[in-house]
Amino acid sequence: MNPPGEDPRDYPDRRPLADQRHWRQDFPTDVPEDDHVARREFVKFLVLTSGAFAAGQCWLALAGPSPARGPFPRTRIATAAELEEQRAIEFRYPDEHEPCLALCLGPGRYVAYGQKCSHLACAVVPHLDRGELHCPCHNGSFEAEGGRPVAGPPRRPLPLVRLEVADGVVYATGFQPRTI
Amino acid sequence: MRPILTRRQKDTIFVGIFCVVALLVVLQLWLLTATTNAYLGGDRSVVWRAAGASVGCLALNLWLLRRLVYLQGARD
Repeated sequence: MNPPGEDPRDYPDRRPLADQRHWRQDFPTDVPEDDHVARREFVKFLVLTSGAFAAGQCWLALAGPSPARGPFPRTRIATAAELEEQRAIEFRYPDEHEPCLALCLGPGRYVAYGQKCSHLACAVVPHLDRGELHCPCHNGSFEAEGGRPVAGPPRRPLPLVRLEVADGVVYATGFQPRTI
Repeated sequence: MRPILTRRQKDTIFVGIFCVVALLVVLQLWLLTATTNAYLGGDRSVVWRAAGASVGCLALNLWLLRRLVYLQGARD
């Protein structure tokens, strides 16, 4: 605490106010106090940011269920013979806005995934000779076997489309977004 | 009655509060990123708990800011 009557301000050269230049005597800014206020303003900005993050979390909680929840229709994709011949067939499931890929990884081994890359929703392209699905936008790759990301920015696997084979026809029966 | 603190003491307390607030904001950012990832992956089990944690961080930040304003008003 400063004694009564003493100038409480600190100046850069540590000399009292009477020895300061005229312009500083005319505008005797309290340098540390000024610095203090600027930092307090920054903390206020951080708290405002904290409020924005909390609002974002609440919006996510109130936004309702994730997209693509059941019940799902049973939709015909192709015959098993067609899938084995073409090795990759595009289809839409569970609605017209959700492009998917059905793949044949070998005789009788069929898998299907949502075609939107889990990074920024570009369409992935099958490269079955390399055993992967490639996203050309940011060079992301997913393994064809399980749809899990193996390279690039995607962190979540591709959504899995559940399949059923009946009487030589491949059907889509479910759509499952995944986190791991 | 407001505490009597030296400028140096105030400065130390200020830096401490600032570090805690900054840490909480980074924690909230991570929480929001992880929750969005889970939500888009179809997992809604963590969404409400994460929102509660984030609101808790905000409440703590507001309390710290209030303490900071009080501290600034304290006499040297």
